[in-house]
Amino acid sequence: MKTFQLGGVHPPENKLSSEAKIEKLALPKQVTVPVGQQLGAPSIPIVAKGDLVKVGQLIAKASGFISAHIHSPVSGKVFKIDETYDTSGFRRPSIIINVEGDEWMESIDRNDEIRREIKLDSKQIIDKINEMGIVGLGGATFPSFVKLLVPDGKKIDFLIINGVECEPYLTSDHRLMLEKGEEMLIGVSILMKALKTEKALIGIENNKPDAIENLEKLANKFTGISVHPLKVKYPQGGEKQLIKALTGREVPAGKLPLEVGCVVNNVGTAFAVYEAVQKNKPLFERVVTVTGKSVKKPSNFLVRIGTPIKELIEAAHGFPEDTGKIISGGPMMGKAVLSTEIPVVKGTSGILLMPDVESKRKESNTCIRCAKCVSVCPMGLEPFLLAKTAKLGKFDIVEKELVMDCIECGSCAYTCPSNLPLLDFIRLGKNKVGQIIRNRNQK
Amino acid sequence: MNEVLIYAVVSLGTIGLVSAVILFFVAQKFKVFEDPRINEVEEVLPSANCGGCGYAGCHAFAENIVKAENMEGFNCPVGGAEVMQKVAAVLGLVAEIAEPMIAVVRCNGSFSNSPKKVQYDGIATCASASVLYAGEGGCSFGCLGLGDCVTACNFDAIYINPETGLPEVNSKCVACGACVEACPRDIIELRYLGKKERRIYVSCVNEEKGAPAKKNCAVACIGCAKCFDVCPFDAIVMKNNRAYIDYEKCKLCRKCVEVCPTNAIHEINFPLRKLVVKEESVKATTQETAMKVATPEKQENNTKES
Repeated sequence: MKTFQLGGVHPPENKLSSEAKIEKLALPKQVTVPVGQQLGAPSIPIVAKGDLVKVGQLIAKASGFISAHIHSPVSGKVFKIDETYDTSGFRRPSIIINVEGDEWMESIDRNDEIRREIKLDSKQIIDKINEMGIVGLGGATFPSFVKLLVPDGKKIDFLIINGVECEPYLTSDHRLMLEKGEEMLIGVSILMKALKTEKALIGIENNKPDAIENLEKLANKFTGISVHPLKVKYPQGGEKQLIKALTGREVPAGKLPLEVGCVVNNVGTAFAVYEAVQKNKPLFERVVTVTGKSVKKPSNFLVRIGTPIKELIEAAHGFPEDTGKIISGGPMMGKAVLSTEIPVVKGTSGILLMPDVESKRKESNTCIRCAKCVSVCPMGLEPFLLAKTAKLGKFDIVEKELVMDCIECGSCAYTCPSNLPLLDFIRLGKNKVGQIIRNRNQK
Repeated sequence: MNEVLIYAVVSLGTIGLVSAVILFFVAQKFKVFEDPRINEVEEVLPSANCGGCGYAGCHAFAENIVKAENMEGFNCPVGGAEVMQKVAAVLGLVAEIAEPMIAVVRCNGSFSNSPKKVQYDGIATCASASVLYAGEGGCSFGCLGLGDCVTACNFDAIYINPETGLPEVNSKCVACGACVEACPRDIIELRYLGKKERRIYVSCVNEEKGAPAKKNCAVACIGCAKCFDVCPFDAIVMKNNRAYIDYEKCKLCRKCVEVCPTNAIHEINFPLRKLVVKEESVKATTQETAMKVATPEKQENNTKES
C-alpha cells in the first residue's frame, strides 16, 4: 500500500464521530459572516444595514484576483456591518444578519435528485465555481477557481482528490464520502472537465474502509476516476505529501503542484463544486465535526456559514465540564479559539473540545540531540535547527535552511521527547522570514 | 660546519631584506589613511555599541561624525549632552544640545484593568504571541507582557512588574530605542524626558471603537476627543479612534488629564493636586476613576517610571 516516504508520525486517530451521520443543524437566530474567510484579499460587502437578503444571495464581492465571493447563508435582514472577533481575538469586518424564515434564491435547485449530466464546458465551469464562491474546504480556503486556471503550455496529468483526512478526530470528509459519494464523484468529473484531464486519483487512508469500498463501487460508473487506499500516516493530507504518495512525484521547493502536472482538491471541495455547477448552489454551508473525548455526542453537522460555534457545541449535548481548550480544526494543525461566539467559516472543518489534562503543554527540557524531529519532518527540514536559530534571531540562517517550505504540520513538536515548542519557534521564524522576503521584494 | 651556518644566516638575511623592501613599498602603495580623530572620538563615546544613535556601534558613529564635520543630526543618547560636548571639543565644533529622551510604555492594561479572559501557553516571546492571538485581556493592541523589550534592553532599564504584568522603565534608560524596535505592537515610544522629568502621555494605543475597547480594558482610550477639545496648544492628534499627545507641542498644562473619562492620560512626576473632591466625581468614583483625585493609586502611577 502506498504512502509518502519522508517522515511522518502516527498520532492516535480518535475518530469518535465516524459513525455519526451528517445532521442538518437548526438555523441560528443570527449569523456573523466575516468578509475575510478565504486566503487572499477580503471581500467587499455589497449589502447595507436593513437590507433583506435571501439564502444564496451575493452579499460580498471578491476584491482582487485571489479572493472569493461570499453569499448569504440565511434569509433575513442585515442587522449591521461591523467588526467582530475572529478565532484569534482580532476584530475583522463582518456582515451580521438576523435570520427570518428560510427563503432561498429561486435560481438554486433544491431538488434532491442527483444531476449527472454535465452541460457546461471548461471555461463555464471555472466561471461558475468563481461565481459561487467556492474555496478549498480542506482548511487553507484557497479560492478554487484559481487552481483550475492552468497556464498555457502546462498540462495537468492528474487531478488528485484528497480524502485522506489525516488529522485525528475529524470525520467530516469521511462522512461526506459515505453519504454523498456519488455527488462528490460527479464533482470530481466536473473538475476533470474543467482541467481537461483524463485521470483523477482519490487518495483515502485505509482507516476508512467503508468509504474506500463505497467510492470504489461508485467509481466504476465513472471514467478515469480511481480510488487508492493509502497507509495511515500523518500528514498525508498535505498537498505535497499526497502527490508524493499517489504519483511518486516530488513538488520542488517553493513551487506549486502545477509544476509536476497535478492539481489537488479536497473531497469537500469536490462536493461543493457539484452543488455549485449542477444545482447552482453557492457555498454557504459545510460539514463540521464536533468532537472530543468528553463530548457526549460527537457529531457531524451540516452548518450554515456564520453560525456561532456555541450552537454546534450545544447541539452535541453541551460543553463537557473538563474542557481545557476549544480548537477550530484538528488537534495537530488546528487553532485554539478565544471565545465560543466566533462563527463557523468556510475553512472550519471541526470543533474539538480538548479535556483540560490533555490540552496543557508539558514542561519542556533541553534538546537532547536525538534528531527525532529531523526523521519525522515530512518536508526533509531540520526542525531543531530552525527552532534554535529562530529563537536566537538569526533569521538569515532560518531562511537559508528553507523555513518557508515548512507546512506547519507539527510532527516535530509532536514527536519531541523533550517537549520542545519547536513549531512555535519555527512559525515565528517563518513569519519573520516572510516579512524579510516581502521587504526585499519591495525594494 | 661553519659554512652551513654562514649560508643559513646569509640566505635568511637576504630573504628578510628583500621582503622588507617589498613590504615597505607595498605598505606605501596600499596605505589606508584613517583620521586619528576617529579614535579620539571613539574614546570619548561610552562604548555601549547599542545602536541608539542610528549607527552600527560607536566606531561607526565616530567615523560618520568625523566625516560629516558637523554635529547636526548626531546624538549619542547614552552619553547625552556631556559626551556630545566632549565629542565637539575633539572636532573643534559646537555641540547641539539635544533634548534628553526616555522610553515610555503606552499601555496600562494591567491585570486589574484588563482581566485575563484566556490563557496563553505558547512560547514566551511577544513576537510569536502577537501573530497568534489578541492577548490574554482581549485587547489586540495592548501589551502582551512577555518581555521582548526586557530582552532587547542592554541597560537593565526596563522590567516587567509582576503585579501589573506590564513593563516599567527606570532611570537607567538612555533612550537607545532597542525596546521600541522589539515591541511588535508599537507600544513603547521615545518621548522627551521633560522638565523635572515631567511627562504627559496617552497610555493607550488601541484603535478600536469606544465600546469594544472599554469592554477589554477599563483604562482604554475611547477616542472621545475631550482632550483634543480642551488642549490649548493643539498638541493632541486624534487618529484611528485614539488620542496622541505630540511631545514637541505639549506644554504640560495637565488640562487633558483632568477631562479624560477613562484615565487613559498619564501624568508623571507632577506634584499631587489639591484634594478638591467634587460631589459628582465621588458618585462616579470607581477604583479606576479615583485616579483623578489624588489617591494612592495615582501616586503609584506617579512613581512609575521614575
